[in-house]
Amino acid sequence: MTTEMAGRAVAVDGHVLEVSGVTLRFGGLTSLDRVDLRMRRGEVLAVIGPNGAGKTSLFNSLTGAYVPQEGRIRFRPGRGGEHELRGRKPFRVSRLGLARTFQNIRLFGALTALENVKIAVETRQKTDPVSIMLGLPHARRAERESDRRAHEVMRFVGLGHRLNELASSLSYGEQRRLEIARALATEPELLLLDEPAAGTNPTEKRDLEELIRRINAELSVSVLLIEHDMRLVMSVADRVMVLNFGRKIAEGTPGEVQRDPAVIEAYLGSSSAEDTAVVTGMLSGRGGAGAGDEGEERA
Amino acid sequence: MKATTVSRGKGGGPDMSAAARLRATRWYQQPRWRRLAALLGTALLGAQVTGREGSSSDIFLALKENTTGTGMWIWLGGALLVWVLREFVSEQLAAGWAGVREGARAGASGPLGRGRELWRSLPWVRVAALTALAVFLVLLPLLVTRHWQQVLVDQIGIYVLLVIGLNVVVGWAGMLDLGFIAFFAIGAYSAAYWTGSLPVEPPVVLNNFLVIPVAVVTCLVAGVLLGAPTLRLRGDYLAIVTLGFHEMVYLAARNWRDTTGGTSGASVDRFEIDLGFWSYRWGLDPVPYYWLLLVVIALLIFLFLRLEHSRVGRAWTAIREDEVAAAATGVDTVRFKLLAFAIGASTSGVAGVIYASKLGFINSELFVLLFSILVLSYVIFGGMGSIPGVLLGAAILIWLPEAMRDQVPAQDRFMYLGALLVVMMIYRPQGLLPSRRRRRELEMAEEGAGGADSLGTSEGRRV
Repeated sequence: MTTEMAGRAVAVDGHVLEVSGVTLRFGGLTSLDRVDLRMRRGEVLAVIGPNGAGKTSLFNSLTGAYVPQEGRIRFRPGRGGEHELRGRKPFRVSRLGLARTFQNIRLFGALTALENVKIAVETRQKTDPVSIMLGLPHARRAERESDRRAHEVMRFVGLGHRLNELASSLSYGEQRRLEIARALATEPELLLLDEPAAGTNPTEKRDLEELIRRINAELSVSVLLIEHDMRLVMSVADRVMVLNFGRKIAEGTPGEVQRDPAVIEAYLGSSSAEDTAVVTGMLSGRGGAGAGDEGEERA
Repeated sequence: MKATTVSRGKGGGPDMSAAARLRATRWYQQPRWRRLAALLGTALLGAQVTGREGSSSDIFLALKENTTGTGMWIWLGGALLVWVLREFVSEQLAAGWAGVREGARAGASGPLGRGRELWRSLPWVRVAALTALAVFLVLLPLLVTRHWQQVLVDQIGIYVLLVIGLNVVVGWAGMLDLGFIAFFAIGAYSAAYWTGSLPVEPPVVLNNFLVIPVAVVTCLVAGVLLGAPTLRLRGDYLAIVTLGFHEMVYLAARNWRDTTGGTSGASVDRFEIDLGFWSYRWGLDPVPYYWLLLVVIALLIFLFLRLEHSRVGRAWTAIREDEVAAAATGVDTVRFKLLAFAIGASTSGVAGVIYASKLGFINSELFVLLFSILVLSYVIFGGMGSIPGVLLGAAILIWLPEAMRDQVPAQDRFMYLGALLVVMMIYRPQGLLPSRRRRRELEMAEEGAGGADSLGTSEGRRV
């Protein structure tokens, strides 16, 4: 896996994703209001915000599940070219190199863990049904190849020992990792993780943190992350973007965002001095003092 | 019930509060006795339904006869027995069965476990068993009467071909298709047209065997034409569209008399092979058709099993379980659904050609909606998604009404079939021999973990 995917290391500089003026409405409700977002190639960008701020709507707009009424979403893969994602079908978005996980885990529960990943590998294959039915050599080769790749990805996320378990019988943390494996198996350049730490225990959170770092460093995949767990966000994200009521209210390094009065108000509704201290602590993920040192800590 | 309890509560002892009285259950309110009452009621109804028919001169004749006859006592006794077994013995039985299954899973002890172990470890056991089955199936028509030979070919053989095709659509891709017989009709009329049996002349007259690929292509095209605009629809809507398609094809066959022959029909040539040095003509004897069907069925099962365990089968399962997640993973859902639809349609077309060539005659009434529904019920009864299951389902559900032919009045046969389906769906919704994936999906749906309903579609779930 490492050898194969590191091959296409960061070839082009600049932005992998450029979102400008994206507006998504459901009837009278504006879920996203002129959201701008520029994501550098190879960075980990976290999207935070209170519940209902439009984080998952943003993901759904990027991956084609929703079609925003206005705005542009430009995706620039490393091999060159520029693609408009707005209005594209979800499976086409996935084929361009943008993979996602879901907030509420959506695995194929009646299949084994390995089969879940194989489905993703096989979306990149072209073997036709007739060759499969006739058992032609190239169809058999493709099947072996998908098996090999799926094993590789499963080992990468640390599920090498759970290959033949049913996906639904895995533990919660393992299911989260299996979803990431399924997304990685499509060989994405940009990975969208929707609350990957939700419902996991502290050990699993640490493993996840390390996994995100390895995905970013070893596979050179850019990561867009929605997460409520501030400690995780502050430790893995290069930059943080804050959404509230569908609007971007702040963007910057974790340290900058924590001190931003608009962010503190969004999480609190007002900004008195003592509350600010509490929220700053919460945002730093350490429940109290010591906020603002994230830059050093992360290095 | 509530009102009486309250009124009794008022006059009752002082140590019991009204609320406690409301909560207390009388002996006859216990589920156990309720179940007995329900069973006895069902038995009474069953005795009436299966007993003597009524008479126009004495309207109470049937009621009198059926209440005083022995039939009712057999029914009541049966109900009582079922109740006793269920209430007092079933736990021990279930425990024993669980023990056997546990043993099988461990693979260490128990007759079931040893059998499965043997099956897995020794390839020659598998080969021997399959060979024995094949030999049995080849010789089967020689062991039965002419009547059963006809049933084996006209009904079981043809319907087995149909359920194998419909299983791809319903069982694997999870789409509800109520118009499957439309493609069967298209196949049959293709056979009639290309062999020059319809009032309209074809450009070239083909041998029946050559019509098979032509019918496959025709049905593929028809399936894609119907599917492309409609497969975006989900579950129920697709079912209605296929229902409408069936009616269109049926009414065209019925009313377009100059072309199809309508209800008076058209005769069709039978199968014929002429290789120069050797030729053979299929005639009235059903047995050669049986062998022909057996070859076609075996071939299709072989091909479809490969498909099930390939990227195509896995993609179908993914779509069935969670279409949104499948699309997000990069599965071209519309294309794979279309593929399933087209494969099902062309299988149905093959069956149509063989059917028309076997009967030597077709008319529009061979393709009524009932047969679409029957094929679907065979698939669901046998176990969606499992080829052995749907084969068994079709065989049993066709054999049963035929076997009952002499025991019960002809018009009652479908009533028993219906009752069997109802009971089956209540107590074993996954079918006789469900596929492992399907069974798991049903279990998850019951646990509330998955969104799969009986067809495995996942509409209504939000991203």
